[in-house]
Amino acid sequence: MSKIVEGLYYSESHEYVKVEGNVGFIGITDYAQHELGNVVYVDMPEVDDEVSQGEEFGAVESVKAASDLMSPVSGTVVEVNEALEDEPGLVNKDAFENWIIKVEISDASELDNLMNAEAYKAFIGE
Amino acid sequence: MTYKYFPHTDEDVRSMLDKCGLKSLDDLYQDIPDELVLHRDYDLPEAMSEIEVRNLFNELGNYNEKLNCMIGAGCYDHYSPSVINAILSRSEFLTSYTPYQAEISQGTLQYIFEYQSMMAALTGMEVSNASMYDGCTATAEAMMMAIANAKKKNKVLISDTLNPIVTRVVETYAKFHGIVVEHIAAVDGVTSREDFEKKIAVGDVAGVIVAAPNFYGIVEDYTGWADLCHDNKALFIMNCNASALGVIKTPGEWGADVAVGDGQSLGIPMNFGGPYVGYLCTSKKLIRKMPGRIVGATKDMDGKRTFVLTLQAREQHIRREKATSNICSNQSLMALYVTIYLSLMGKQGLKDVNALSYSNAHYLAEQIAKLDKFELAYPEKPFLHEFAVKYHGDIDYLQEAMLEAGIQFGLKLDNETLLLCATETLTKDMIDDAIMICQGIQDFNDAAID
Amino acid sequence: MNNVYYGKLIFELSKEGRCGYSLPTNELEQYSLNDMPANLMRGEAPAMPEVDELTVVRHYTNMSNNNFGVDTGFYPLGSCTMKYNPKINEEMCNHYAFTGLHPLQNENTVQGALEVYYNLQSSLAEISGLSEFTLNPFAGAHGELTGLMVMKSYHLDRNDSKRTKVIIPDSAHGTNPASAAVCGFDVVVVKSRPDGTVDVEDLRPLLDDTIAGMMMTNPNTLGIFEHNIAEIAKLVHEAGGLMYYDGANLNPMLGKCRPGDLGFDIMHINLHKTFSTPHGGGGPGSGPVGVRAGLEKFLPNPRVVADEENMSFKIECNDESLGSVSGFLGNFGVIMRAYAYILTLGKENLRMVGPLATLNANYIKECLKDCYELPIEGVCKHEFVFDGLKDKSTEVTTLDVAKRLLDYGFHAPTIYFPLLFHQALMIEPTENESKETLDGFIEVMRTIAKEAKETPELVKTAPHNTPVRRLDDTLAALHPVVTYAELSAEQQ
Repeated sequence: MSKIVEGLYYSESHEYVKVEGNVGFIGITDYAQHELGNVVYVDMPEVDDEVSQGEEFGAVESVKAASDLMSPVSGTVVEVNEALEDEPGLVNKDAFENWIIKVEISDASELDNLMNAEAYKAFIGE
Repeated sequence: MTYKYFPHTDEDVRSMLDKCGLKSLDDLYQDIPDELVLHRDYDLPEAMSEIEVRNLFNELGNYNEKLNCMIGAGCYDHYSPSVINAILSRSEFLTSYTPYQAEISQGTLQYIFEYQSMMAALTGMEVSNASMYDGCTATAEAMMMAIANAKKKNKVLISDTLNPIVTRVVETYAKFHGIVVEHIAAVDGVTSREDFEKKIAVGDVAGVIVAAPNFYGIVEDYTGWADLCHDNKALFIMNCNASALGVIKTPGEWGADVAVGDGQSLGIPMNFGGPYVGYLCTSKKLIRKMPGRIVGATKDMDGKRTFVLTLQAREQHIRREKATSNICSNQSLMALYVTIYLSLMGKQGLKDVNALSYSNAHYLAEQIAKLDKFELAYPEKPFLHEFAVKYHGDIDYLQEAMLEAGIQFGLKLDNETLLLCATETLTKDMIDDAIMICQGIQDFNDAAID
Repeated sequence: MNNVYYGKLIFELSKEGRCGYSLPTNELEQYSLNDMPANLMRGEAPAMPEVDELTVVRHYTNMSNNNFGVDTGFYPLGSCTMKYNPKINEEMCNHYAFTGLHPLQNENTVQGALEVYYNLQSSLAEISGLSEFTLNPFAGAHGELTGLMVMKSYHLDRNDSKRTKVIIPDSAHGTNPASAAVCGFDVVVVKSRPDGTVDVEDLRPLLDDTIAGMMMTNPNTLGIFEHNIAEIAKLVHEAGGLMYYDGANLNPMLGKCRPGDLGFDIMHINLHKTFSTPHGGGGPGSGPVGVRAGLEKFLPNPRVVADEENMSFKIECNDESLGSVSGFLGNFGVIMRAYAYILTLGKENLRMVGPLATLNANYIKECLKDCYELPIEGVCKHEFVFDGLKDKSTEVTTLDVAKRLLDYGFHAPTIYFPLLFHQALMIEPTENESKETLDGFIEVMRTIAKEAKETPELVKTAPHNTPVRRLDDTLAALHPVVTYAELSAEQQ
């Protein structure tokens, strides 16, 4: 049974966004990290890159699989989680604690297109 | 129905068909609409016995001529130690598949690891992939790597002193991949620094490709080039003659981001153009952008040091259309060729080969420049074993006369320029013979004029 | 297999001052490398091993003993067509009259080589039902890319630049979409039906004037013949697209069906699969590309053509060509082998290749379908797919079965491909395997199924008898160590 955190927004491609003010912390869900297996690399954008809702911004790789990262919101990257460069396995340890990018959200209304914890729980069939 | 490659007897076929609930071999194809089935034999010759096959190839071989090679231009006639073919013909290497099943492929995986180590050392770079098809396609892959790395830029600069055979392939890939190629002019046989500075200053360049030694055999000075590339967020890519890297300044020392080229000069037979091996080396920072296979060290369940294909999540079989390259395999057996060559030659051998080639080429250059109708095209420029000469006479006639004597006398670049090459496989006598023929033509012409 | 010498790297056998070569004395020492400008020369000699000849020979011979090859044992490797690599081919490709030829030497002095090249081109055209071939591409993936370049050139030549998409079935190998992307195409995926064939109804709405063409294998990656192929080709052609045939699965078609007759316009052949040239641990291969009449002019430069007038062959470059994908004329050594193979088999044996390979696949399938899950019933072609063990209660996976096979002296099948099934085990025997070999394999597969039930741990921890055990590939990917320099730095 995967961990799901209340109060976050979830996408169908298994990313979450935790909103604090106009900043969103984006990562992959616990369910996604479990499906992927041991994460060996996280391909991240650069600070100041623009991301758009539903568009790819990077990828997570395990030994025999790779999964594109789709941004749940649009905005500008203000920080990337550099700890993942040295230790990508942190995503497996705690996917919600170890966000991947921090984005300044440009359109808060896009959050309405995402699921809440309950809906995401139903979405992954748990 | 007996044939040496088909072990089934009629009885075998019958019992196997029985097991499948079928009556004839044709029944295996009953799902194919009849109009799509070929109802005749191929229009090809009947089977040949081994004796006949040998005779045929002997006969075809008679239409070829092994010449004394004074031509290079991307393929070099170097010494090839006899050990190499003996080991390459071992069917445990020759008939094995790509080493996905690491437990029974340590032979392949280990030599690829050795190959990567040697190529990294030779180029002065940090990492190498497991090899690519040839130097041309490796250079094209390096170009695409620069584009992928730059994300939003789609232009590369290519020096006009890069071998045009390589440029031709790189430009083909560029055309289809949507990459803009601009040329950096050549002035007096070397890349124009001024033109380079002008073109990179425009700011939209993802990569810059230069050659060492260049097409005319000249070893160029790239001081400051890498910095200028990096200031403009472009990758500096050097296409190098692998053998020459045993002595000339390495891409690593020049500060290049990618070293590419053909490994043929490391003893691989000329073989009418292939198989050769492309190499591609880069920095650790760019390893995930590097195309092709990579072998890494790891441990097995018992803690034994082992080798395995790694970073596969970059590759086509996982990333599909998002892969860094569509390349599936490497040129494994030829990577083994190079690995054994470099093992045998070691530090000193590589230097000796270059020293011998240098001596032969410079002797040839000096002798030929003494003749009236010849002059070195770029007399002030340093070269190793290849150089361009101007000939104020009929080049076609000269080359024909050399052919008569069993010599391939260089590559004709234009009506008055020849690109000549001499490696360690030539002897002083062979060179003297060629000079004598040049002299002879000159004397004959002089006599005719008189 | 030999475990005794396992593990040392050639660098670890090095001792300063040893060498493994001999070169002539330099008679022209006065011309010295030392005269080169110092700033153009490397600082230190490269860190190459220093070893004597016998040490090199033993090292690589022992390493070869840690390898499995077709000459060692049976490869039931789906989609890879691991045939026997006849020895006469090797002898011919090492013929001294060919190996010493420079690719740019005078045309008149390489007529024998050009004739081999030309004759193989023509033979492949006859076998494929297409008009002309180039042998320049170095491998299957390279052939795909070249073929797609032909496709794009054809559309651009007609000033039809809006055709930017290529349709590829979801069951296709990853190389297809990767090649399309390198060629600058967008990929559109068409779904498969439950029997693994292309869903024509899903295809129809995808066809419009932005489609450049469609890539297919036939039989597909499940070993099923696409019986709707004529209709698919018609639909794609009506929409203005071209049909591309991925020759990965050509072997069962030998003697029975020609891609050109099925409606394909462009194809590549893997000489290292269908025409018996050795895989060499991953290359060199060769991926000739053939086209139907009308597309010849787009084939890559340089081309080998017959000069009827002079009864000779020549190398030509054509302005309308897509360009060049190789420096010279491809992997000529591989071309020599494939030509020797075609001559050796002749038409009367070539026609038996497809049926015998297909018989072997069906035989294995029928003998094992009671203990392995067969998702698609019916006659297969050269290969078929099991979806893991029939008994799913054991938790023994396809990977475990594959690894256990190694203990019994067989190579593993292709696993976890195609992606349509979770536990895919893809099996392809070739026409060269005897009934006894197949029976031996079948028996072992049955034994493993039994072990999975009775002693699952034994299977899950396999292999046990190989030179090394299962490897930690997560470690390798997390901390890539890819050179001896890195390895020795780490050990210190």
